[in-house]
Amino acid sequence: MSYQNAFSSITKKVTTAIAGLFLIMFLMVHLGINLFILPITENHQEMFAAAAHFMGTNWIVKVFEIVLMGAILIHVILGFILQFQNWAARGQQQYKVRSRSTTSFMSRYIIYTGIMILLFLAVHFYNFYFIKLGLVAAPDIANIAHPQEEHFYELAVYLFTNEIGYSVLYIVSFIFLGIHLNHAFQSAFQTLGLNHKKYTPAIKIIGNLYSIIIPIGYMMIPLYFMIYG
Amino acid sequence: MKVKLKIWRQKNAKAKGKFVDYDLDEVSTEMSFLEMLDALNDKLIRRGEEPVAFEHDCREGICGSCSLYINGQPHGPEQKTTTCELHMRSFKDGATIVIEPFRAKAFPIMKDLIVDRNAFDKIISAGGFISINAGSAQDANSILVKKENADEAMNSASCIGCGACVAACKNASAMLFVSAKVSQFALLEQGKVEAKERVQAMVAKMDELGFGNCTNTYACEAECPKGISVENIARMNREFLSAKLT
Amino acid sequence: MTKLDAKIPEGPLAEKWTKYKANAKLVNPANRKKLDIIMVGTGLAGSGAASSLGEMGYNVKAFCFQDTPRRAHSVAAQGGINASKNYKNDGDSDYRLFYDMIKGGDYRSREANVYRAAEVSNATIDQLTAQGVPFAREYGGTLDNRSFGGVQVSRTFYAKGQTGQQCLLGVYSGISRQIKAGTVTMYPRRDILDIVVIDGKARGVIARNLVTGEIERHSAHAVVLATGGYGTVYYLSTLAVNSNASAAWSAYKRGAFFANPSFIQIHPTSIPVLNDYQAKLTLMSESLRNDGRIWVPLKKGDKRHPADIPEAERDYYLERRYPAFGNLVPRDVASRAAKERCDAGYGVGETGLAVNLDFKDAIAKQGKAAIENKYGNLFEMYEKITGMNPYEQPMRIYPAGHYTMGGLWVDYDLMTTVPGLFAIGESNFSDHGANRLGASSLMQCAGDGLFILPYTISNYLADEIKTPRYSTELPEFDEAEKSAQDKLNKLLAINGTETATSFHKRLGKILWDYSGMSRNEEGLKKGLKLVEELKAEFWQKLRIPGGEAEINQELEKAGRIADFFEIAKLIITDGLNRNESCGAHFREESQTETGEAKRDDKNYAYVAAWEYQGDDKAPKLHKEALNYEYVEVKERSYK
Repeated sequence: MSYQNAFSSITKKVTTAIAGLFLIMFLMVHLGINLFILPITENHQEMFAAAAHFMGTNWIVKVFEIVLMGAILIHVILGFILQFQNWAARGQQQYKVRSRSTTSFMSRYIIYTGIMILLFLAVHFYNFYFIKLGLVAAPDIANIAHPQEEHFYELAVYLFTNEIGYSVLYIVSFIFLGIHLNHAFQSAFQTLGLNHKKYTPAIKIIGNLYSIIIPIGYMMIPLYFMIYG
Repeated sequence: MKVKLKIWRQKNAKAKGKFVDYDLDEVSTEMSFLEMLDALNDKLIRRGEEPVAFEHDCREGICGSCSLYINGQPHGPEQKTTTCELHMRSFKDGATIVIEPFRAKAFPIMKDLIVDRNAFDKIISAGGFISINAGSAQDANSILVKKENADEAMNSASCIGCGACVAACKNASAMLFVSAKVSQFALLEQGKVEAKERVQAMVAKMDELGFGNCTNTYACEAECPKGISVENIARMNREFLSAKLT
Repeated sequence: MTKLDAKIPEGPLAEKWTKYKANAKLVNPANRKKLDIIMVGTGLAGSGAASSLGEMGYNVKAFCFQDTPRRAHSVAAQGGINASKNYKNDGDSDYRLFYDMIKGGDYRSREANVYRAAEVSNATIDQLTAQGVPFAREYGGTLDNRSFGGVQVSRTFYAKGQTGQQCLLGVYSGISRQIKAGTVTMYPRRDILDIVVIDGKARGVIARNLVTGEIERHSAHAVVLATGGYGTVYYLSTLAVNSNASAAWSAYKRGAFFANPSFIQIHPTSIPVLNDYQAKLTLMSESLRNDGRIWVPLKKGDKRHPADIPEAERDYYLERRYPAFGNLVPRDVASRAAKERCDAGYGVGETGLAVNLDFKDAIAKQGKAAIENKYGNLFEMYEKITGMNPYEQPMRIYPAGHYTMGGLWVDYDLMTTVPGLFAIGESNFSDHGANRLGASSLMQCAGDGLFILPYTISNYLADEIKTPRYSTELPEFDEAEKSAQDKLNKLLAINGTETATSFHKRLGKILWDYSGMSRNEEGLKKGLKLVEELKAEFWQKLRIPGGEAEINQELEKAGRIADFFEIAKLIITDGLNRNESCGAHFREESQTETGEAKRDDKNYAYVAAWEYQGDDKAPKLHKEALNYEYVEVKERSYK
């Protein structure tokens, strides 16, 4: 029984939720750095490079990097395991009439928005993270032979200005992220058992705002380059 | 009024089922949904055909026998209403009504619209009780329970075990059912003694029986004929976590 | 008459049960698991008994026709459960509760049994509370009570309007726990077709598996019937559609006496019949009469909207006839008064078979919010069913068959006249006399199951410890199975043209018309004849589609209705015999000048227990005299 309990549905869900909340936090940090790509201060370029350098060299961040990768893996793997179990639980014979229950679109399609984000993440890793790890060669830009994290600014600007397809993919992916977050944020609290008459409405509002503001923040960058680039 | 019915017919658990169309005239708006099916069955029997098998008993919305997935909703279109309380005035003249059994891997179909919901009993047997032998209880008023908690426990306890939550859930999850019982006992002083064992045993049984996992779509709450809240699910998650972690 | 020994213990009333328990024979814990008990029915009484017996260590096999014990019709009791806790400090006691029940039952119940029911009521509340039944509470955390059914104390414990459901779920959790412990084995989706009697003792049952159609044999050292009442004989009643009396009826045919079958409570406040296909009637809690006023128009056939009928043209007939109790007269009185008005042509609604239950004054006085707080869920339920809003126009109500006080005759041990065959809860006759008071059925069912039967059945089983488990290959099982199988074959072979339900409907109508709220000799005799005729037609014209070895709801129905014909005859026979009016049984020949019920204590102060003599023979009457030692027998007046 204890074996079964260790991997019970709730344990899996809670783990997915905790990993998800960690990713939600990370999104904020990541956005904070990304925004320096935009000319928000005079020395935004140096600030970005410094931040990128810090993120690439500080040992605490290195530890967190491992945690982050772990969180992504756990979130994705458990998400799929739960989903496969759910499909199995529904049974072979499907309903003829689709459900007319009043549930949110965001909650029903969470797995699909998740898959879209995962696909984007693969592209994103290919374009940035794997370069840093030295797994893939960086494109030859601005005479930088071996771009490192301090060259991510140039990389980003290159992608957003030269590859319109990338910008569109980026924007679309963040729309999916917004939809994913909209359900995920309050869902994580529910899964952790943090549902309370007084606080849940506030959590829902914060979740809604978060799922709008964060993706818009990210989307501003390609939009800037599409308009002013 | 007249209605067109598309009803799932299946001879037995092993047979392959299919939809069969029926036209029914002379339906009165005063009829309950099940009385409309009675009228259909009366017609079928007189024609020498087998009547549609469906479960029902109290016909006043409290026993939880009736089920039916009507036009894409367990217990039909009205909120907080069981199929037996649903009346034909909720449908338009000439309407097409598709009637399916509650579907889930854990609720195998037995015949036509009858499904086996015995899995719920197994979950209750796993731990949905307070272990007290008859004769060993102390005076009822020696256990004080905050009115607020007693009322909340009553709301959770009003579950009728019909299975609409499982039928409505895209994951066929039984979390609302299980959490309602876990909550009822967790909220009462009497239930706290074995709260940890209870929640773990019930969740383990629920998983074992092949119900899906909750993804918080809240279709269960929307379709529950007794308005059981998903707050119960959060409470169960909390109870489960604290049982695991302490 | 040796057969009708009620075995009431000696001694003063209040000490009888204590004395019984002190002297009852016991079964050693090690021996209990060798003893099998069959429990037929798993409602409040049956599940309660099964869990209690399981906890003691007996080996219990529990049967129900539903898919799970949680759906038994105990679930539908709304108002509450009585106990003499005296938590309200308003002068309640075991004696008061006992007295109210004796009086409410119109002096037709057995003192010792009723006193014991009152006595164990407190332990029931303790047990159910400890099991997690969420009874309503006060702000201080203690249990709340409300008053009910016209008694002078507040002794009713309640869980919203769902007390029956909550009590049932309490014992359901108890039986579930015993299923896990392995002491109780549950056999759901089974109809009990016969009781097997070997050497004069009940030793088993014949069951039909409602899924496979298979006929099963089960043996045991004792058989307990907790099968509820037979109110569905009226077709339209407040009972669950599938509630039936077939197991009790087969017990009767195997030698158990049937007591006071004509004592059937007609509940005054049910939602009236709305259409021809109506399959059941929904009860509106008696508590509504606390604030609602009942009236009909003063003018015959006045079809105006109730709001358009001025005060002066309304007849608040209960307030007029019973100024002291007004709208709060007991159920039997209220029901008869409604029938009287409707029969005289003053009824409302399309059918004229309804009276108004008006909350206008209460809403004006207390505000809509207060009324909503008290009755919100009932109003909602009413609107769902009728489509009418009771906040804006009066509810229409009419009496409906509800509860059967009569049932299998049992002695103080709750044992029928067949040794080893017990009957508990509504299926026995013992505690409610000729009329039941509100909130006392849950009390009796729970008490019988949780606290009384465990002692009395042990007293019986103490002599059975040397009896080995019976083989189901014995000729008695062969014979019982054959007779059950023959009946099924016979039903399936008719292959006529009419549905089982259509016969049930017609049977119900006959009973309602001739053996309902008001009865007379001529009508009863006519009713008996009509039932005979309909029964003959049933056995010629019934049609059951489908076969035997599958789920066949029509076959289940037909088997139950076949027994209802027999029970209907017995109800009428008993009503004919009892030429007095008492409680729910109103004989027009026996009434006062103002049309009130008139009891005949000289000739009818007895329990009428009927013995089966054969399907087409008149049953034999046995009388258990009712001697009141502790209560003064008075006239019941509510004027």
